[in-house]
Amino acid sequence: MTTPDYRLSQLETLEAESIHVIREVVAELERPVLLFSGGKDSIVMLELARKAFAPARIPFPVMHVDTGLNFPEVLEFRDKRVAELGVELVVASVPDAIAAGTVKQEPNGSRNRIQTPVLLDAVEEHGFTALFGGARRDEDKARAKERMFSFRDEFGQWDPKNQRPELWDLYNGRIHLGESIRVFPLSNWTELDIWQYILREEIAIPALYLAEEREVVERQGMLYAVNEFIRPRDGEQVRRESVRYRTVGDANLTAAVPSEATTVEEVIAEIAVTRMTERGATRGDDKVSDAAMEDRKKEGYF
Amino acid sequence: MTPVQQPVDLHSEAAVQAHDIAVARKDILRIATAGSVDDGKSTLIGRLLYDSKAVFEDQYEAVERASKGDYVDLALLTDGLRAEREQGITIDVAYRYFSTPRRTFILADTPGHVQYTRNMVTGASTADLAIVLVDARKGMLEQSRRHAFLASLLRVPHLVVAVNKMDLVDWSETTYEAIREEFTAFAAKLNIPDLTVVPISALNGDNVVTRSENTPWYEGPSLLHHLEHVHVASDRNLVDARFPVQYVIRPQSDAHHDYRGYAGRVASGVLRTGDEVQVLPSGLTTTIAGIDGPRGPVDEAFPPMSVTVRLTDDLDVSRGDLICRPANAPRATQDLDAMICWMADEPLRPRQRLAIKHTTRSVRAMVKDVVYRLDVNTLHRDQGAAELGLNDIGRVVLRTTQPLFVDDYARNRATGRFILVDEATNATVGAGMLVAP
Repeated sequence: MTTPDYRLSQLETLEAESIHVIREVVAELERPVLLFSGGKDSIVMLELARKAFAPARIPFPVMHVDTGLNFPEVLEFRDKRVAELGVELVVASVPDAIAAGTVKQEPNGSRNRIQTPVLLDAVEEHGFTALFGGARRDEDKARAKERMFSFRDEFGQWDPKNQRPELWDLYNGRIHLGESIRVFPLSNWTELDIWQYILREEIAIPALYLAEEREVVERQGMLYAVNEFIRPRDGEQVRRESVRYRTVGDANLTAAVPSEATTVEEVIAEIAVTRMTERGATRGDDKVSDAAMEDRKKEGYF
Repeated sequence: MTPVQQPVDLHSEAAVQAHDIAVARKDILRIATAGSVDDGKSTLIGRLLYDSKAVFEDQYEAVERASKGDYVDLALLTDGLRAEREQGITIDVAYRYFSTPRRTFILADTPGHVQYTRNMVTGASTADLAIVLVDARKGMLEQSRRHAFLASLLRVPHLVVAVNKMDLVDWSETTYEAIREEFTAFAAKLNIPDLTVVPISALNGDNVVTRSENTPWYEGPSLLHHLEHVHVASDRNLVDARFPVQYVIRPQSDAHHDYRGYAGRVASGVLRTGDEVQVLPSGLTTTIAGIDGPRGPVDEAFPPMSVTVRLTDDLDVSRGDLICRPANAPRATQDLDAMICWMADEPLRPRQRLAIKHTTRSVRAMVKDVVYRLDVNTLHRDQGAAELGLNDIGRVVLRTTQPLFVDDYARNRATGRFILVDEATNATVGAGMLVAP
């Protein structure tokens, strides 16, 4: 007789932890919602939510904060996935808020900051008390200090100096009326873990994540694929290059990276040898300052 | 102008190797580090991250720009918040990730100064291994004792003492031996089953990733080698089956009309399909009809798996109930005798009312007695203490409104622990570890 060693791999351990967190929120908080961007992290989070409650349906809605600057592939993917899972989709629309005059877009066209008031209004309107986000601690210095259960006051603000201690796996989900908890089930996953899980579980992802010849322009050392929101400016040369997206944010600000990785396996090989963090490589919005993420989080960002 | 980066050559030897390492089956080791900035803790963590290639080019460049001295200050890699960089201190527990071909590591970096008990207890609560840093020039300080004690209180199974700045004591074997002996003697008084002492220089990397030529007298492993090989599988309790019910899954759909499953995480022990089990508090017995894992049915479940258990009989089971074996049940009790780490500004006092969360069960409790307060530096028990202040540790007796199903923390970390919550502020104010009554 062989003795089983009763050990989980790192992916199975992370999966078990995330499922535990998701179930705990549903058991303890009245109206959770899962923030879904169509990006790989929220796709994995949604898959973990499915596994947490199978064979029942996911017992909470999915919310997309729609900046109106979407890659069409991402919207298509969102609608397909939501229909497959039979979950309710809530769209918090930034263009609607701009039209209503409740928020103003920044001069450079970024709608990153104004997503926050739109998100907070939607939370209030629907009475959501817990928001699942796909953030990982390895993404950013400020995120490294984030709890699994991150308490937010009635303005959605994060107070990094006054976080609840998080002991063992005993999460404290108690809140007063108007307050909420941001929950990050993927806290302990790294970018590579996410990709390995996508590979192992054969999870569908938008094709943007895989390399393909696309028309690109070069700006400040980064390649932007020409699309509805990125038009070549005077003096910019459009060229065809094999590129893929490492993160999927707003279509007017997310750069692509030169890549030959056309399969998930190849993406893993690429990431494993790449020595550039994903936000640094692709996000115009994080280059502003070393504390950009910290500042946005304090205001109630994801 | 910044040049556009080149695509990765996917057929290069490095890419093939990196892929193979990335997809290899690994396990996770959770580490807590303790020590102050002066001990070189941030430098050590920066070194581990950098040498294991967990630091990316742009992060390294940012640190290079910010470094003031002659060398790249790896400590800057770990400062997270603006206030921390401005004040040169670490405020809160930060989590770091790195991996080697054998293991992935989750490192809870706990600050040494501010709120040390609260932060160290938080970091150590999930740790398999704790690293305590000691400055070779200063030897074992009060703070080192405190950190070792907290690790033992939280029952972190493995302790590593990293004797740092060995380069500043001319790699003296005598200095190292004196510290090792002093620490070993101290550890013998605590519950530290496994102690390893490594002489290092975090700044230069000696004995961090590879064995150093500067310490020919040292026959042990490098720090990283030890982290990669330390045996943790047997640290878990696989004997006492404990399954706290977290959530009841009832699809109520046509396809799964009669499905009723009890979702939860195996706290300890092993559950198997066909096992005779008992449900607490009802005490009713039944058998396990099936266990569903994330990828469908499984024959058995063990910690830390999240599964859904189906029972043969239709019993009334809900969140907060516990499934165990009839011949091996936890203690059902309303009287808790526990070591408490208190984390609120307002002191803990007799007659105080608090909320308790223990496994998936939430009840209310009243403080009956503060038995003693422990001086974490001398381990002296002050039996005259009437209360526990912020960051104090002491033995406390509580009475709960409903029974909890408990084991001693020493035997079962999962069913021997609880948190205390202030019902007015909702803040987490204490961590409790049950001791035998």
